[in-house]
Amino acid sequence: MTIGAAPSAAEPVPHRLGRDDDSVNRSRRETATGPPSKRVIVGYGFWIFLLSDIVLFSAFFATYGVLAGATAGGPTGRQIFDLTNVKIETGCLLASSFCCGLASIGVGLRNKTMFHASMAITFLLGAAFILLELKEFADLVAAGNGPGRSAFLSAFFALVGCHGLHVCVGLLWLLTMMAQVLAKGFRDDILRRILCFSLFWHALDIVWVALFTVVYVIGAMT
Amino acid sequence: MLGKLSWAAFPFDQPIPLVTSVLVVLTMLGVLGLVVAKGWAPYLWREWITSVDHKRIGVMYIVLSQVMLLRGFSDALLMRSQQALAFHSAGYLPPEHYDQIFSAHGTIMIFFVAMTSMVGLMNFAVPLQLGIRDVAFPTLNSVSFWLTASGVLLVNISLVVGEFARTGWLPYPPLSELRYSPGVGVDYWLWALQISGVGTLLAGINLVTTILKMRAPGMTYLRMPMFCWTSLASNLLIVAAFPILTATSAMLLLDRYLGFHFFTNEAGGNVMMFMNLIWAWGHPEVYILVLPAFGVFSEVISTFSGKPLFGYRSMVMATMAICVLAFMVWLHHFFTMGAGGDVNGFFGIMTMVIAVPTGVKIFNWMFTLYGGRIRYETPVLWSIAFMVTFVIGGMTGVLLAVPPADFVLHNSLFLVAHFHNVVIGGVLFGAFAGYAYWFPKAFGFRLHDGWGKAAFWFWLVGFYVAFMPLYWLGFMGMTRRMQHYEVAEWRPWLMVAAAGAVLILIGIVCQVVQLIVSIRRRDQMRDLTGDPWDGRSLEWATASPPPAFNFAVLPQVRGQETYWDIKSNAVRSGALESEPGYEAIEAPRNSPTGFVCAFFATVTGFALSWHIWWMVALGLLGAFATFVVFAWRDRVELEIPVERIAEVDRANRSARLAALPQYAGNAG
Repeated sequence: MTIGAAPSAAEPVPHRLGRDDDSVNRSRRETATGPPSKRVIVGYGFWIFLLSDIVLFSAFFATYGVLAGATAGGPTGRQIFDLTNVKIETGCLLASSFCCGLASIGVGLRNKTMFHASMAITFLLGAAFILLELKEFADLVAAGNGPGRSAFLSAFFALVGCHGLHVCVGLLWLLTMMAQVLAKGFRDDILRRILCFSLFWHALDIVWVALFTVVYVIGAMT
Repeated sequence: MLGKLSWAAFPFDQPIPLVTSVLVVLTMLGVLGLVVAKGWAPYLWREWITSVDHKRIGVMYIVLSQVMLLRGFSDALLMRSQQALAFHSAGYLPPEHYDQIFSAHGTIMIFFVAMTSMVGLMNFAVPLQLGIRDVAFPTLNSVSFWLTASGVLLVNISLVVGEFARTGWLPYPPLSELRYSPGVGVDYWLWALQISGVGTLLAGINLVTTILKMRAPGMTYLRMPMFCWTSLASNLLIVAAFPILTATSAMLLLDRYLGFHFFTNEAGGNVMMFMNLIWAWGHPEVYILVLPAFGVFSEVISTFSGKPLFGYRSMVMATMAICVLAFMVWLHHFFTMGAGGDVNGFFGIMTMVIAVPTGVKIFNWMFTLYGGRIRYETPVLWSIAFMVTFVIGGMTGVLLAVPPADFVLHNSLFLVAHFHNVVIGGVLFGAFAGYAYWFPKAFGFRLHDGWGKAAFWFWLVGFYVAFMPLYWLGFMGMTRRMQHYEVAEWRPWLMVAAAGAVLILIGIVCQVVQLIVSIRRRDQMRDLTGDPWDGRSLEWATASPPPAFNFAVLPQVRGQETYWDIKSNAVRSGALESEPGYEAIEAPRNSPTGFVCAFFATVTGFALSWHIWWMVALGLLGAFATFVVFAWRDRVELEIPVERIAEVDRANRSARLAALPQYAGNAG
């Protein structure tokens, strides 16, 4: 805003210059109508939470980046990563995200059967992902390549495990939401929670894509 | 069955911790007994513990911070007296106890005094200033508060059961690794901070959402009061920085519990990565603390000068610049790491750059005062003392930002003096200014002015007497955290510093007396209108204490100082605006979710510290069950009837109308 844009100001009091008063751009101001709906606020707040969660992952990513070479005489990523297993994991997680999207459509149609069926498949795919990850971890530990072997493996287990822990929490949340819809139906507050859940689930997908690239693909190449 | 917990965890053989423990436990039992005997328990449960009202939660944060100030300050007295005595002798505190004391002092003062008081002020004032009825997520707000309280409880349990960390306020590895700190002290620190850190993060998300999405109609960003701007910056920093603390603590926990090698000396672990990560959170944390205080000073100085804030837009710019720069200076905490001249040079310059927006702020405050009709009430005294003290602290900070100087002064008492200078002079003075400023809004009566001024002078003089000698001691080569020493030249300065601590003690006593006197004489110090200071922003447009719904109708904002304009119009026309059309309001119902959830969090944290795994499972299950119960409730809100709203608002309107002549000299 420039000083010259305030033609109708009654008197040019010095401390008023450049201030945000109604005399300027009145029409623009009138459009602001106060707080938006609860759905907008909840979704917005959850986005902020997701951003903070991304920061959490960034810390683990950065740590992994620093420690990736610190194998301390132990195996490197190339020697231990089983890309076939990881590809199936990735497929499960991406497919589960697709099903989660179907569940959202089910919510939009207020179709309980579609919602429950899609959520159930989402759960199964997510659980398959977790089981495959646990198998990978168990195999590594059994071969003496547990997190205590080297700083590289510590960072690997922590980063992948942090994502896995998020997926587990997501699965628990998913079941809770299914039970809620079963018991209470598509109530407004439950709809908002489903919105947050699907945001969460898709965000975990995005993190996994980064993780797949940084840890497994780059790790297997170098 | 009980993991590592046994009778050996209780300090039966150490008289000082034992006596303190017994006193603390007796005091708590006494308070509980009083509450039960007087029949206050149902009231406290209904109106405070389960409250989701942002004002109540804000007040509880402040109460928590003041209680913790007493705890943290008694640690300070122990340290000052130990160093005054421990010349050529062992003093009265054995090293392992002394180390716990300075660790607890720093942890408590930063996390549970500075942090809680700032979050409390933001919680209380931001929704009122924005002209809305509550924060975005009221129940989450209660969860945040109680999780913070859970962290506080864990740290204080460590006083009685087991031990606290001996690693300093940040558990630097390798000292904090299992090999060198096998006890539960570091675990207490880590779990307490994980739990309260989650609470702080949730509070940050809540306030960011509130400020960005929930403002009164017409309140554009550039019409927000300055305190809302600094709160926004502070909470953005919380959202961006606290996850790093969570991640770093999690890594150290993995090292300690599952044999990982993040920060160990062996197997490729990298100790300096801890320093980088913890300060990538830790430096923004400094600004998380001081930015809300800057906001308080802006409000106070403008109100008591009877002028709008000078340079509002430059203040906004400076605030947001600090918000960004806060993330670009963390390495100055360990110039001595040896990152090389270019890296140190970059971070040194960035650190000095932060002084520029801070300087802009100082000048804006001075120009706000300039030409104003200043009323020297207690909040103004704190603000002016802040401006002088903070400039000194800032300049010593710029000195420390010069890497060669830092190599000499690193970890010396000069550093200790510097950060006390900015944290006490900035954050704590801001907390006290905000406390005196918004107290009448919160409770409907003012604090006693005389005792407030006495407290101010003792604090101010005490601060200078206690901390200026530390600068000098730093130049003389004294390092921090010394349990005893052999250098005769240091002793007189340490005696002076101890005397300063006693002066501060008198200041604190004055504050306690002030509160008691004010409560007893509250009828003479009533604020009937809701606007005791001739204020300018919307929190003064409602009654004191504000009703649960804050505003009978959401105010229509038409300028930057809406309330001042409303008041000026009223004074000019000799009448209030016509009565608005009242409507019933939906308010969120109170909920014990936060309290119950924090109970289980405390159980989990305690059990994790002592490796009691079944109790961990129980605690986690309980926390999850609490959320499910919360999610299952059918009645979420209750309706406040329109008659009640009209009654409250009419009472306030008539009080304001009656008081109109007394504003006539100022407003307009």
